[in-house]
Amino acid sequence: MNFDPRFSGRNFTSVGTRPIRPDGVDKVTGRARYGADFNMAGQLVGRILRSPHAHAVIRKIDTSKAEKLAGVKAVITAADLPDLTDGDTAMYDILDNSMARKKALYDGHAVAAVAAIDARTARQALKLIEVEYEVLPHVTDVDEAMKHSAPLINDAIFTEGLEEKPVKPSNVCKRTQYGHGDVHQGFAEADMIVERSFKTEQTHQGYIEPHACVASVNADGTADLWVCTQGHFVYRQHCAQLLGLEVSKLRVTSSEIGGGFGGKTHVWAEPVALALSRKAGRPVKLVMTREEVFRASGPTSATSIDVKIGAKKDGTITAAEATLRYTCGPYAGMWAEIGAMTAFACYRLENVKTVGYEVLVNRPKTAAYRAPSAPMAAFAVESAVDELAKEIGMDPVEFRIKNAAQEGTRASYGPVYGPIGIGPTLEAVKNHPHMKAPLKANQGRGMACGFWFNFGGQTCTDLNIGMDGSVSLAVGTVDVGGSRASLSLVAAEELGIAYEHVKAVVADTSSLGYNDMTDGSRGTFSSSMATISAARNAIKVLRERAAQMWDIPVDDVAWEKGHAVAKGATHGNLAPLSLKEIAAQSGKTGGPIAGHSELVADGAGVSFATHICDIEVDPETGATRVIRYTVVQDAGKAVHPTYVEGQYQGGAAQGIGWALNEEYIYGKDGRLQNPGFLDYRIPVCSDLPMIDTQILEIPNPNHPYGVRGVGETSIVPPLAAIANAVSNAVGVRMTHIPMSPPRILAALEAEREG
Amino acid sequence: MRYIRPLSIEDAVGQLAGAVGPAAILAGGSDLLVRMKGGFIEPELIVDIKAIAGLSDITETADGFRIGAAVPCAVLGENAALKKAWPGVVEAAKLIGSKQVQGRCTIVGNLCNASPAADSVPALVAAAAKAVVAGPSGKRTIAVEAVPTGPGRTSLAKGEIIEAILLDKRAPHAGDAYQRFIPRTEMDIAVVSAGVNLTIDEAGVIKAARVALGAAAPTVLLVEEAAEVLTGRKPDEATLERLAKVCSGACRPIDDKRGTIEFRRKVAGVLAKRVATTAYQRAGGK
Repeated sequence: MNFDPRFSGRNFTSVGTRPIRPDGVDKVTGRARYGADFNMAGQLVGRILRSPHAHAVIRKIDTSKAEKLAGVKAVITAADLPDLTDGDTAMYDILDNSMARKKALYDGHAVAAVAAIDARTARQALKLIEVEYEVLPHVTDVDEAMKHSAPLINDAIFTEGLEEKPVKPSNVCKRTQYGHGDVHQGFAEADMIVERSFKTEQTHQGYIEPHACVASVNADGTADLWVCTQGHFVYRQHCAQLLGLEVSKLRVTSSEIGGGFGGKTHVWAEPVALALSRKAGRPVKLVMTREEVFRASGPTSATSIDVKIGAKKDGTITAAEATLRYTCGPYAGMWAEIGAMTAFACYRLENVKTVGYEVLVNRPKTAAYRAPSAPMAAFAVESAVDELAKEIGMDPVEFRIKNAAQEGTRASYGPVYGPIGIGPTLEAVKNHPHMKAPLKANQGRGMACGFWFNFGGQTCTDLNIGMDGSVSLAVGTVDVGGSRASLSLVAAEELGIAYEHVKAVVADTSSLGYNDMTDGSRGTFSSSMATISAARNAIKVLRERAAQMWDIPVDDVAWEKGHAVAKGATHGNLAPLSLKEIAAQSGKTGGPIAGHSELVADGAGVSFATHICDIEVDPETGATRVIRYTVVQDAGKAVHPTYVEGQYQGGAAQGIGWALNEEYIYGKDGRLQNPGFLDYRIPVCSDLPMIDTQILEIPNPNHPYGVRGVGETSIVPPLAAIANAVSNAVGVRMTHIPMSPPRILAALEAEREG
Repeated sequence: MRYIRPLSIEDAVGQLAGAVGPAAILAGGSDLLVRMKGGFIEPELIVDIKAIAGLSDITETADGFRIGAAVPCAVLGENAALKKAWPGVVEAAKLIGSKQVQGRCTIVGNLCNASPAADSVPALVAAAAKAVVAGPSGKRTIAVEAVPTGPGRTSLAKGEIIEAILLDKRAPHAGDAYQRFIPRTEMDIAVVSAGVNLTIDEAGVIKAARVALGAAAPTVLLVEEAAEVLTGRKPDEATLERLAKVCSGACRPIDDKRGTIEFRRKVAGVLAKRVATTAYQRAGGK
């Protein structure tokens, strides 16, 4: 079926309204089933033994005592997960991360696991497993890890991307470079140059629901997995490959999800649960504790970034350069590269150069976190941009407007932009009442911009019309932020029926073709495209059935406002047939009516946001309070504005936590000191003001309704917006995130002492 | 694991004294259950003291107040007389955890958990509160600052239970206050904290003072030098600056996940100033 994804202007009936979400009642009454809410008859409790060392050779694991404990049904080590990755190094890393093979590479790395009849027995069994470690020197800091003297994490890693292949292994697994023009010449033309170094600490996505799954491997080689995930098809692919199962014989069902933010795009304990079930011959439920979530899943990179930007007195940026070093955990990643791509994406630059270094450290394997890598780069760049504006004596908004990218600009990471929202968000901020509101003593206002690519990807959707005219929509993208409501609106819009008659579900992996996971802000973008396509296919069938009912050529039947309408002078007296009427006759006109769609959703429009933040600093203690916060972001088209606003607010809330207090704190022994919500301080409700939002709609030319992804960009500007606000409140430029009270107070004291 | 719910303090003491393996006392459980779930302790005997007569009551006596060991912190806030007499103690108790936690947790539990960052303890120390200890050899009354001996350690012997906290009857022109520093607005543990209890004369001159600091040393600190700075003076700017300096100097803090040595020192002084000012106002000083 040919599907034209191009934007065509139209007046919407359902899209843009704010109905109640279909999963809402279950969620507020506690009936919704999350990962840990699945149970099977005879299921066992799985628990994982984790390394207490940051870096250690595993000499020997003796599981014999644990195996003899009454109630223990299976004990596994890496030996029970043989390497089937066949040279696929990314998959090998996932395997090794699920269960350490030769070395424990971070505090919390899984080394063995048990399945027992209850939690108490499982806990006792873990204590009976004897692991002989040879503790090695470790390194957790990004800059330390790059030194020649640093302990080597993997001696098979030689830095890629250098002109000459290095002769010695190193903790830097890759160097990447982006940009165009000549920065040397650009800096020579500058009247003012700002050059600064920044650091950001590692943060966790902080999803409220810990990883949880129930795995059941059957004797006939089939298996089921119920799991909390952002992408059940991807989990199926990975688990099948690691366990040696045929993809179609592993059925994965995704649960409701209590937050993921990128952390549930990656398998951690699921292959272990499947291996335990295979060995025990019974279903195994495995739920991570919060401590395990912090020590062994998730986190984003810690970074060290140098930025240099030069401008003329008139405010034109002449050159911009950044060096970005990102931690990957102990396995290769492309986190610095993404940072290098996003760093200057907001600006129209003639001379720009960014270099990224991927750095291995003894920390958990880095995972995506909402616009991964972009917030740290934006923190460094937007802080320097603000400082440069100040030095030139220009208003920071005007300075950004003068240099903002626009349609036709060649982005610093390569492509040429189509219609984009950076200029409009800046103009909206300039005119926003927030910018003119008065401030009190010790309060400051900051603003910053952010960019995210957005992603489309493989998508498959089924739309089935019931005989009563109601519509069920089966999608394969996990609903992380209200997409079932949004997709129901899209189906209702396209078919011309009421939202209430559409029911969207997330189908399991045996019921639908492959779908990429819900990441890259693709859920609503790509599944709405597939839903529109599926609905249009269903409309074609509806028209055919109406033509049959009327006994006229199908070309004479149009679809208007939920009805088949006969066109042409000869059928003038035929009353339109509603979808419901056609559906009621479907048994006699050719059977069920459905529309299917499979596509690769290309053309996810890039996304921009500008944030404004007011902050109050207590100069005696360094304590901060966010007084007011405003998000302005381009949505292309807001399908369900309430959930678009929710995404804007959620990203800002996470960014505020990251900016002010969240951080992984490692002891000298390389052990994580704060694996819990008490001392890993995400903001509580009373820490945040009402976060105001303003949705701009600059249509994405590559989507029928103009939709762009909206989920991630909102976390990109807050770090910088808050740093700029602190600088304006108390006159100190904070270069280390989080700006916790001890760091702010130390900076203030240093400033006072001159 | 054995769970018992004795009806008398003698029975509870006897059970604890005779326990073979590790034993724990359960009142609100807001520390105990967390430690058990985290796998830090696996008690073989749990003695729930909530059914013991009198332990869930706040009694006003001729000498002051007697707060039973099983009284939840939220209930302290519902007692108007106690709140009026000892607002600092009550506000400290009402900072622990969240609203839900305050419905379960107790000040005796907070004291016996022996964390240097316990919120209610600096306020109790400043208030010169006493603890009534029941044990195998009878009862004794000790100052609350004599209970914790280090992080997680107390002076209580095997079989001993604190059955109540005693607070003196309030003299006229007296006030107390407590504040802690946390990076968030609630649901957090003190990075550093201060409790101050003052009595003033008709002219507004401080007659007696007690200043206590939390999370500034292995146990809560009673800073006698700080009391000397305040006594005989009004809390003018110079006096408050001296108070801050003395408090900062008295700290013996550590660097940890919650704060640095420098930060705790500085902020201990800042909080002492602010808390002393509030206590002075509550005492009727202007």
